[in-house]
Amino acid sequence: MGTKILYVLGALAAVLLVRNLYVILLGLPDEKDQGAIYRIIFFHLPAFFTAALCYLTALISSVVYLVRKSQRADDLALSATEVGLAFAAVNLVTGMIWARIIWGIWWTWDARLTWALITWLIYAGYLMLRRAIDDPSERAKNAAVLCIFAFASVLITWKSIDWWRTQHPGAVLSIRGAEGGLDPAMESMIYFNWLALLLLCIVLVAVRMRQERVQREIDALRRHAHAL
Amino acid sequence: MNVVTANGLWKFFGDYPALRDINFEVESGACHAVLGRNGAGKTTLLRILAGLSKATRGDVRILGGDIRHPDTRRRIGILGHGIAIYDELSAIENLRLFARLYGLPHPDRSAQEWLELTGLKHVSDGLVREFSRGMRQRLAIARAFIHTPDVLLLDEPFTALDDRAMAVLQNLLRRELNRGCTVLMSTHQIREAMELATHAVLINRGRLAYAGLRTAEMLSDPNWLYKNYGDS
Amino acid sequence: MTEFFRQSLSITVKDLRLEMRSKEALNASLSFALVILLLFSFAFDPSSEHTREISGGLLWLVFAFAGVLVLNRSFARELPNDCLEALVASPVSGAALFLGKALANFILLMALELLCLPVFGIFYNVNWTAQFWNLLLVLALATWGLTVIGTTFSALTVNLRLRELMLPVLVYPMMIPALMAAMELTTHLIAGQPLSADLWLWLRLLIGFDIIFTALALALIEVVLVS
Repeated sequence: MGTKILYVLGALAAVLLVRNLYVILLGLPDEKDQGAIYRIIFFHLPAFFTAALCYLTALISSVVYLVRKSQRADDLALSATEVGLAFAAVNLVTGMIWARIIWGIWWTWDARLTWALITWLIYAGYLMLRRAIDDPSERAKNAAVLCIFAFASVLITWKSIDWWRTQHPGAVLSIRGAEGGLDPAMESMIYFNWLALLLLCIVLVAVRMRQERVQREIDALRRHAHAL
Repeated sequence: MNVVTANGLWKFFGDYPALRDINFEVESGACHAVLGRNGAGKTTLLRILAGLSKATRGDVRILGGDIRHPDTRRRIGILGHGIAIYDELSAIENLRLFARLYGLPHPDRSAQEWLELTGLKHVSDGLVREFSRGMRQRLAIARAFIHTPDVLLLDEPFTALDDRAMAVLQNLLRRELNRGCTVLMSTHQIREAMELATHAVLINRGRLAYAGLRTAEMLSDPNWLYKNYGDS
Repeated sequence: MTEFFRQSLSITVKDLRLEMRSKEALNASLSFALVILLLFSFAFDPSSEHTREISGGLLWLVFAFAGVLVLNRSFARELPNDCLEALVASPVSGAALFLGKALANFILLMALELLCLPVFGIFYNVNWTAQFWNLLLVLALATWGLTVIGTTFSALTVNLRLRELMLPVLVYPMMIPALMAAMELTTHLIAGQPLSADLWLWLRLLIGFDIIFTALALALIEVVLVS
């Protein structure tokens, strides 16, 4: 992706984030039961969606790598996983802050929380596995296989509120069939902030991919030098 | 008929091409010596032919079939750097295991025969762990030959063999070649290899530098190929 | 097809024979299991009713910790002398090789678990015989789940420098669904309750886990083994 496009996307993300923050903090009124803290949902939920999308991207590009052996696909899988982990961490931390205020404790061992954490650990394991393998092709291949296994936990996290009785609030978006949950202004705000985080995510992934490509070039040059 | 055909073979480690555009053919009954310096790509090439590694680009066929197809692999024998036998099994158990995996009709009889051929009959029930190095090497040779392969892929077969194992291997290779078996071997022991070889292949930094008949010059001067086709 | 299973069986027999000769994995895991059982007695009062309620969880923690010692050896056993290369180059397909190894691991793990059960029963005063056949079913299903994950990841990490460190980090989070279901079911069965309707959810989870990951492993193992 061209550097200019990246700058434009980055600037767009920044402007949108500032605008969203302004509306979230000053525009929208407090919620009647939760008070001010409900606003955290505008980051909690979009961060999860962004992370899930990253995991999905990693899954698809891992499959593409296994089929086509394209290094670019592997770069994308790695970059998406790294950025996804960052957004998943945002999701977990915002959730914990909210839980501290509303439930009075930082963490409940509730199915959805637990699965979000398990997923995070599995993808952290993915990064550790990559670190432990020296040969770049072998690394890409084994990581791709692990990534396919790992995605099962993303699916379980997503479905966990349906499968187990949990304290975690149920589906809130109207597209998941939630009834009368959210005020339309709030729901649209969630989408707006998701857009901002998504733009940020794309910029980060693109930058990481570029770093990976350069890293591979350096590795290849080093091997050339050794072969001389 | 060509037993091995490699077409536009590339193997990348990351962005580094370990093999670049390798094209060559091996006729039935030929014995190819694959030469090259350390890290030139000999082992990589043999691993791809053995089905242990996948080419990034290009097409390899052995006996007209896909290398990962079981029917193709049943007809290939490999002898690599490691001896690939189990220390905690006895000699006969090792051979019987591989005879079974290759689907031989009489695993036990084949195992006995090959113990006889490699001079290990008297220790057939001894654990490999207790064997001397030479005995283990002979057992490894038996393991590689037990299913009477049509193609033999040998990676540095003569390296570090003791006298007796060397004699066993050379005799067996002659016998297999006479039977019509096709042999590819990578090697540093140029003299031993050249005596057996009908063809020579030189790989230089992942590229094919020479592929053709083994000539009289190569036999008299083992470094002839490196001098004329190597780049330094 | 029969060829496929014959090859798998040869691999299983070979792995079991190697293990019986050296007993390296079984001895280590069995004594490790006993040590954990002992350590738990300090963490919880073994005679209290409350401990009885979490006995299924304790038992499966023991199995999971000790089991990984067995699973870790599965492909590592092929490393000396480069035996794995000879197996991959032989006409045995990756799936047949995987199935053979998984079966050997399954048998070893089941043996480990059946040896631990009476010890657990004595030390923690639980009646594991109350629903023995149902318990055996749960043991078998959950152990197969652990085996499939463990064997796959053993293959995935076999060439790693830090193999012994990496395997537990990768394997335990992946095993959680199977462990969760097994813990829940075992706790109820040890308490003498039959497999009732609300336990069916957990049994279904266990069966689903087994089917999905066995299929994934069989489909992907060839890719893992051929570099």
